[in-house]
Amino acid sequence: MLRVENLINSFGDFKAVNGANLTVKEGEIVAVIGPNGAGKTTLFNLITGHLRPDSGRISFKGEDISGLPPYTICKKGIARSFQLLNIFPRLTVFENVQVAVLSQHNRSLNLFRPARNMLIEETNRILESVGLLDKSHEIAGSFSHGDQKILEIAIALGNEPEFLILDEPTAGMSPEETTATMGLVKRLTVEQGLTLLFCEHDIDIVFSTADRIMVMQQGKTISEGTPDEVRQNEQVQQAYIGGD
Amino acid sequence: METLMFKGMIHKKTALALVAILLVMLILPHMIPRFYVYLIASILVMALLAMSLNLVVGFGGLFQFHHGVFFGVGAYAVALLLTKTTLPKWICFISAPFVAALAGLIIGLICIRLSKLYFAMIQISLGSLVWALAFRWYGFTGGDDGIHGIPMPAAVSGVSNSYYFILIIFVLCIIALFFILKSPFGSTLQAARDNAQRCEAIGVFVKRHQLFGIIIASFFAGVAGVLFVVLEGSVFPDLLFWVLSLEILIMCLLGGWFTFAGPMIGAALMLSLRTFIGIHTEYWTLILGIILALLIFFLPQGVWGYFQEKWKLRKEAVAERER
Repeated sequence: MLRVENLINSFGDFKAVNGANLTVKEGEIVAVIGPNGAGKTTLFNLITGHLRPDSGRISFKGEDISGLPPYTICKKGIARSFQLLNIFPRLTVFENVQVAVLSQHNRSLNLFRPARNMLIEETNRILESVGLLDKSHEIAGSFSHGDQKILEIAIALGNEPEFLILDEPTAGMSPEETTATMGLVKRLTVEQGLTLLFCEHDIDIVFSTADRIMVMQQGKTISEGTPDEVRQNEQVQQAYIGGD
Repeated sequence: METLMFKGMIHKKTALALVAILLVMLILPHMIPRFYVYLIASILVMALLAMSLNLVVGFGGLFQFHHGVFFGVGAYAVALLLTKTTLPKWICFISAPFVAALAGLIIGLICIRLSKLYFAMIQISLGSLVWALAFRWYGFTGGDDGIHGIPMPAAVSGVSNSYYFILIIFVLCIIALFFILKSPFGSTLQAARDNAQRCEAIGVFVKRHQLFGIIIASFFAGVAGVLFVVLEGSVFPDLLFWVLSLEILIMCLLGGWFTFAGPMIGAALMLSLRTFIGIHTEYWTLILGIILALLIFFLPQGVWGYFQEKWKLRKEAVAERER
């Protein structure tokens, strides 16, 4: 479904991503791991168009999407959450998700109807599926960190994606919240038939959740395969056990 | 009482209060001296201008630092159309806001490529170009003399007639602005203000969206320009000068720029202060400056923003007690 080939991106002299390769098949859960600064977030930003690659190719469902702007890539069915909190803090929880739903239904430029009466069911269904329905009228900026991370995911779901990218969905969460959130993510993936690409620091979570794992180090893909294959890889052992 | 369109968007009490205010404003010219009728009419013009600015500044998060230029373009457009062409007068009135919107499109297209302060600076430079044009081109715009004695249809000439005309157009525009803010366009504009990066990630072409915002705001600024000409019967280059843009920006800040009605309150405060303090001393800007400094210290969310917060807290307290 998604294919990344020999992707390179540099900031000045520093090559943040330097030869990344990744294949994600439909319905899979794929994790990207690697030490801090390995280029995971940069890779995600390249896939979703927030950065332009210097060279290499990204294709989604057979179509070349490298270098397209984020809003075009989003409309092709790729939605994402961000590592750092990235919501609309002044809007209510409901509006946060509704904005995405409106965009997905190409209603963003509609001037003549009250938004509050539009696409309520669709928005509420998403809020219910992540368990935020009872808080839908609160101002998002006043939420706890954990709830804001969940809201992140809900906003991404507003675009009815086929392909969901989560950049450290549990960053900054307590162990309990982390378990609950990963359970939620897994359930959503199955229920909505999503293909999921995520990165995560907690190695236990990664190995128990992902179907396949891609390991990055210094911008390079050093291993890609099933959890067992990756575990056996020497380079990975060096990067993780040696380096950690 | 509530029409279907307004359902749930506005409280019944608020609606009643608004209707009451409107009724008072309708009979006002029969009760107060002409000077005050004129003052209220000029407040309405400035209030509409400030509210159109707030659409892009408060709700769009754009550094629209030279909004006055669209006001001036609207005013000059109607003045030039009325004096230089033989078009029916109502066509002149209707087309001027579209000329302002066109100016918004052209200036916006250039500005939108940059962000934040760069956006503001290029807008001020482009706006100053328009000002220089009006200021220097004596043959066409009357230069720094401006255009005076613009012929008005009888229905809108005289203080009382122009007051009613301005009031009606003002109310219609405010309703339109309210609906625009509550529409999907409006909530997406606010989402782009809060977080442009995220907004792109959910499939919104943010720059295009903001450009539409600028065009709409310019249109309403153009309407305010037309109303100004109706009230004053003249135009002059000061209408396009950046000082005016700064003043309306201050009105937004003063009233509360994250609130809908704030800029209106700001305009009323600013013009009243200028008028009433101006009677006593020519150093009125000094006093205005002190008042502004105090307000920004003590009411950073603006006058209207402050009251809104108070009411919200009180309502929550009442709800808490009832529970």
